[in-house]
Amino acid sequence: METQHKILVLDDDADWLALSREMFAELPSKPEIRTVSTGARALALLETEPFRLLICDLKMPRMDGLQVLSIVRRRFPELRTIVLSGLEDEEFRSRAYALGVDLFWLKMDMQRNTKMFLECLESLLGRDVDGGFRGIQSKSLMDIIQMECLSRSSTVLRITRGPLVAKLWIQDGELTDAEVEGARGEAAFRRILSWKSGTFENLPAEPGRERTITKPVNALLLESAQAMDETENPSTEPESIEDTSHRKTIWKLAMLTREGADFVVAVPPEGRGEPEALGTQSTEQLSAWTRHAAAIAKKLGEKIEAGPLSHVAGHNLEKQLFVLPLGEKSFLVGWPPNAAAGQLFDQSKKLVASWDS
Amino acid sequence: MGFLKKISRFFSSRAAIRQLPFGSLTVDRNGDVVTSTVSSTYPKELLHEIGRDVLALFREAREAQMPLAEVSIHFASLRVTARELRGGAIIFLFPQTGLSPMPT
Repeated sequence: METQHKILVLDDDADWLALSREMFAELPSKPEIRTVSTGARALALLETEPFRLLICDLKMPRMDGLQVLSIVRRRFPELRTIVLSGLEDEEFRSRAYALGVDLFWLKMDMQRNTKMFLECLESLLGRDVDGGFRGIQSKSLMDIIQMECLSRSSTVLRITRGPLVAKLWIQDGELTDAEVEGARGEAAFRRILSWKSGTFENLPAEPGRERTITKPVNALLLESAQAMDETENPSTEPESIEDTSHRKTIWKLAMLTREGADFVVAVPPEGRGEPEALGTQSTEQLSAWTRHAAAIAKKLGEKIEAGPLSHVAGHNLEKQLFVLPLGEKSFLVGWPPNAAAGQLFDQSKKLVASWDS
Repeated sequence: MGFLKKISRFFSSRAAIRQLPFGSLTVDRNGDVVTSTVSSTYPKELLHEIGRDVLALFREAREAQMPLAEVSIHFASLRVTARELRGGAIIFLFPQTGLSPMPT
C-alpha cells in the first residue's frame, strides 16, 4: 500500500491556508494537508506527528518563518521545507536557502505557475523515488547542465552554495556565459563545476546577455571532468602534488587580497589535523581561541535554545574578528579596524566558503 | 473518538516553547548578574550562563594576546552583544526575526 504523505502548511493568513488546503489536496499522491497559523503550533505539531513536507510563510507575527526554519532544521533534519512568501527580496531568499530550505517560491510566482509549483511539490514528496529522480537537488551540476542543453532550453541557472552565488546563462541549448565571485566566462564555469554541493534554481532566460563562452558545452564538461579527476587522483609524481598545493595557496592569497582581509585561520576539530593560516604568524594562539570561542558559543546556543550558531564577531582598536563555523571546521577571519563593518560578515562568509572549494 | 478528546490530546501534547530573552544585563567579574531588564520569567540560571560564557570569551581573547572591547554572538534567533566593563560586562540580548537587519 502506498504511504500517504503529510504536508504541514504554516501561514498567518487564514484565506491562504484555506486555498492551500484545497489546492494541495489535488496533488496526484493525495497527501494529507494540515494547516497552522503560528510557528509555535507548527513546532508542536511536528513534535507529535511525522510530516514529509513543511510549507512555510516568512512574515508572521511573534515567531517568523526564518526562526521556525532554523529550529526545524535542527530538530527535524529529514523534513523537507518550502518557503512560500510574499516578500520579494533577494536577501530573504538567500537567508532561507542558507537555512537549508529545499525551495523558495514567491506567492505571486506560485499563482502564475501553479502547475510547475505542484510538480515541484510532488517531486519533493518523493513520489518519484522509484524512478531515480527526486527533484533537482539530487542531480549533479553536470547532469543539470547537460539536461538543459540537450532539451535546447533557454534559462539562467542560479546556483547557491552557502553565501556564494553563481549564474550560468543557457540560450537555445548553448552555454553562453558563467559568472561567479567576480570571474566570468570559462574560468567561472570551471570554478562553478568544482562545487560539490549546492542548490539550483531556474530563472527566466536573458537572451540579450553578452556571450563570453564559445566552446561547446560538452567539450567544457569533458575538460572539467578530466581536471577534477586529476585533482582527486593526483599522479604519483611529487611535482604535480606540489603544483596543486601551490595553486590553491595562490588562489587563497588572491581571495584574501581581493577582499581586503588581514588573515584567515582554518581550524579543524581537536586532534583532526593542523590549523592552516594565511596572513598571520600567530597560528597557534589564534586557532586555540577560535576553537574555544566556537565551542563556548555553540554550547551557549544549545543551552538557551537560540538556534544554530551563525558567527561570533569581536573587535578592538587594532582589528575586527569573525569566527565562523563551517562543517566540522571553524574559521577566524581578521579585518583591519577601518574596514567598513556593514559588509564584513558577508565578505567573511565568502572567504570561508571558498577556502576548501 | 470524540472531537473534544482529539482537541485535548492535541493541546496536551504541545511542546513547551520558551520565549527568547530580550533586554540587557550587567554582570560582575564572577559572572553574577548585577542588574537586568530581562523579563523576570526568564530563568535566572540561563542569564548567569550567558554572563559566564561571555566573560570566558573576553578572558580567553586576553590570554591569546588580543583583548577584545566588544563581542557579539549571532545565533539564528538571538544576538548577544557584550561590552567589557571593568572586568565584568554589559550584555544586550536581541531576539532576531526574519525582518531584523542583517548581522554585522
